[in-house]
Amino acid sequence: MDYGFTTAAYVVAAILFILSLGGLSGQESAKRAVWYGIAGMALAVVATLIGPGAGLWLLSLLLIAAGGTIGYFVAIRVQMTEMPQLVAAMHSLVGLAAVLVGFNAHIELNNVLAMGHDAREALTGFAALLAHKTPVEQSILRVELFLGVFIGAVTFTGSIIAYGKLAGKVDTAAKKLPGGHVLNASAAAISLLCLIWYFNTGGFLPLFLMTLCALFIGYHLIMGIGGADMPVVVSMLNSYSGWAAAAIGFSLGNDLLIVVGALVGSSGAILSYIMCKAMNRSFISVILGGFGGPAGEQMAVEGEQIAIDADGVAAALNEADSIIIIPGYGMAVAQAQQAVSELTSKLRAKGKNVRFAIHPVAGRLPGHMNVLLAEARVPYDIVMEMDEINEDFPDTDVAIVIGSNDIVNPAAQEDPNSPIAGMPVLECWKAKQVFVSKRGQGTGYSGIENPLFYKENTRMFYGDAKDSVSSLLAKID
Amino acid sequence: MKIGTPREVIEGENRVGMTPESALQLQKLGHVCAIEAGAGVAAGFSDEAYAAAGVEIIKTAAALWKASDIVAKVRVPTDTEVKRLREGQTLISFFNPGGNEKQLKQAADKGATVVAMEMVPRISRAQKMDALSSMANIAGYRAVIEAGNNFGRFFTGQITAAGKVPPAKVLVVGAGVAGLAAIGTSTSLGAITYAFDVRPEVAEQVESMGAEFVYLDFEEEAKDGAATGGYASVSSPEFREAQLAKFRELAPEVDIVITTALIPNREAPELWTTDMVAAMKRGSVIVDLAAEKGGNCKLTVMDEKIVTENGVTIIGYTDFPSRMAAQASSLYATNIRHMMTDLTPDKDGVIHHNMEDDVIRGATVTHDHAVTFPPPPPKVAAIAAQPKKEAPKELTPEEKRAAELAAFKAQTKSQVTLLVVGAVLLLGVGLVAPASFMQHFIVFVLAVFVGFQVIWGVSHSLHTPLMAVTNAISSIIILGALMQIGSGSFLVIALAALSVFMAGINIFGGFMVTRRMLAMFQKS
Repeated sequence: MDYGFTTAAYVVAAILFILSLGGLSGQESAKRAVWYGIAGMALAVVATLIGPGAGLWLLSLLLIAAGGTIGYFVAIRVQMTEMPQLVAAMHSLVGLAAVLVGFNAHIELNNVLAMGHDAREALTGFAALLAHKTPVEQSILRVELFLGVFIGAVTFTGSIIAYGKLAGKVDTAAKKLPGGHVLNASAAAISLLCLIWYFNTGGFLPLFLMTLCALFIGYHLIMGIGGADMPVVVSMLNSYSGWAAAAIGFSLGNDLLIVVGALVGSSGAILSYIMCKAMNRSFISVILGGFGGPAGEQMAVEGEQIAIDADGVAAALNEADSIIIIPGYGMAVAQAQQAVSELTSKLRAKGKNVRFAIHPVAGRLPGHMNVLLAEARVPYDIVMEMDEINEDFPDTDVAIVIGSNDIVNPAAQEDPNSPIAGMPVLECWKAKQVFVSKRGQGTGYSGIENPLFYKENTRMFYGDAKDSVSSLLAKID
Repeated sequence: MKIGTPREVIEGENRVGMTPESALQLQKLGHVCAIEAGAGVAAGFSDEAYAAAGVEIIKTAAALWKASDIVAKVRVPTDTEVKRLREGQTLISFFNPGGNEKQLKQAADKGATVVAMEMVPRISRAQKMDALSSMANIAGYRAVIEAGNNFGRFFTGQITAAGKVPPAKVLVVGAGVAGLAAIGTSTSLGAITYAFDVRPEVAEQVESMGAEFVYLDFEEEAKDGAATGGYASVSSPEFREAQLAKFRELAPEVDIVITTALIPNREAPELWTTDMVAAMKRGSVIVDLAAEKGGNCKLTVMDEKIVTENGVTIIGYTDFPSRMAAQASSLYATNIRHMMTDLTPDKDGVIHHNMEDDVIRGATVTHDHAVTFPPPPPKVAAIAAQPKKEAPKELTPEEKRAAELAAFKAQTKSQVTLLVVGAVLLLGVGLVAPASFMQHFIVFVLAVFVGFQVIWGVSHSLHTPLMAVTNAISSIIILGALMQIGSGSFLVIALAALSVFMAGINIFGGFMVTRRMLAMFQKS
């Protein structure tokens, strides 16, 4: 086969990928969209295998099959609550692959350059592509693969740290080595120097040095970001993995890689932007780590947290006509979504208006809560976004907060000195009554005191979210 | 000042305008209290009880009227009583100022101040002195009790060894204070209670009392009850027809009808027609609380109980509060006492008749030689007006066009700016970069552009699947590895093979997880 066929296949694959992303605009069309993505990927792989430059088919297919089997089983086994970790872990694979492919390009390039003119003519595939490059093009190639390796390496370590934080294997608090951002900046500066060095000499050493620096940046950057910002981090890493693929695509002269890399990159960038907006924070301040220190003395919280038992909550639920449930990361941790779903269907069967209010950054991944509720078979038409439902709280009898904290913190609106001041929050305290299901009296992920818990119409329903909600089930009649 | 309460002279009136308890409170305001001998006996308050509360007992009415600066009584005064008024004296009682011009003029000429208890405006602050409501409450309660007295069966349904008893069905027409009290009493006795009112907004109150609101199949522009101070107003003929048709439908079913429909300063509307009475079961009872104003049922005879030919009892008593004189007196006396509290702001026994005060101004019908009835509308609305639905501001076509044009211009401007900057950048790159790079670069820019366009449309709830899908397709990096795996160098093969392996995990894992997630989304 020649270039013509492969290129044609790539065009079709690119269109399939675009359709695949576009199809995610609705729940129903999304189911079709995944198939577009799968078809596009299959087409791309097959076209590449039979196209020019590919060899060792058997090995390739075997490796894909082996990797695929592992991927399949991981995907089947994973709990929906572990989705953030999984996504982060997978990003690291893409990052590492980008680094390795970049290295390969470098090695091939040097091999090709070492050959004589006749030998070059005899080359096929990727090497032949390299062989026909002019010196200017070779220089550009170096820059491209250098960038690809750099972004890939940052993605690799960054994703591993993000995975560790999400899985609870690494301390989630924002941590920095002494020196802080100066370290990152100097690592970046060294990388830049390496680029100039590499551009001039084409040696392996600068490339390798830069890779080490990039790995360090990825590690240190993500270590410095607190757990509450993880939705932004995950989508940011997603974006990076795309840009890495695009950069590698440039160096390999492969348009499909460029197209898909750009699609993924822009998708991740937009997601990060949406997440930042939902938290009313600038992208820069998220990247530069953690919640900024409070600007002044925070308002002291007055009053006390009043506890309530399951009987009290059940009685209020039995009397209420309209109920809004606000799930957060705590629901995911306690695996309470099934119990919540049962409670919902029981209450709905009694003719009550039960809805869910989802804050854009609830959980540790964009859309995390939607996925968990969907897993527990909560119909998606009663799951509302913040903007859709925020105005309805004053007419609501009971609001139940399950394991969320910062996203229902009135301090964001009331206390200009609060670290989360100005962040849009779910105004659940405007409901007639608020129940907060929470483990204990401690502060949440971000460590910010929540005045909601002290409000007059708030009652604290202490205990594990799953046990608490299950105990309610028996009492709803 | 001296507050005196005479004995009610109208036949059958048992209430009294002052109780020993209210007298104690009045004295705390700095006033001196006096009462005509035997005034409280009919309501169960003996002269001794008054004396014990420090009230001076005055033998005759004439002496009491003469001695008192303020006279507090219940019923509209008789002509004799009005003649007894003098310059500077204050009379607090029901006065019916709307239909009592003669006495109104007389009182004004004499220079007396008359505070009419039925004129207390219906605002929150004045509820404590709203004697109409406290009397209506009693009337509503008593109406049910009277009906039960004349109804030969149980209110509540029972299944006993001696047979099954169906519950009584009660229809309450007019859900004002009296109507709501009647509903409450009737439901607590166990009857099935229906209620009707021309103001659909009271349906919620009716249902809160445990009765069923009778809705009409009638579309009319809803009147705002707040505009008339919470009272009903006259309804259209079409509405009346629909209402009567509904009542005709209910008449054969109900056992007890309690009508309380009154329109301020008008004849009571006829709601329960003769043919409805004829359609009712033998032994049914109608209690017409509007009897004083002609009755909601034309067969009603004021102050009497009659039985129709088909055995329906119609009660037209107008003295329900008087029939519960002890309760009515203590509520009424408390209303008076609250009125005095407002009239004596400094608690020094000196009346300060503040005509700027909404409540005092509203209730005062003569003052300072002048008739001050009817009062101006109160400054505070009785009931918060229903919030008008915010009509989206109608823009004129010109304004709309102008706004659209401005938006279009702004959009064009920003887009053109972006395009120009982008184009300049591209051109700059194109100047230095070789053609082969530019080919790929164009593809790249277009792909970024497409990506931005497409991703904005992704639904919020699908962000996690979006991440999983983009994660899966970012393993397109496998193409690079596949292209390199055919190389001659062993190192390259090894690295490429590793990349293929990892990308393989990613492809399958990513797509599988996405499919799992999406399969879970379901509509209810």
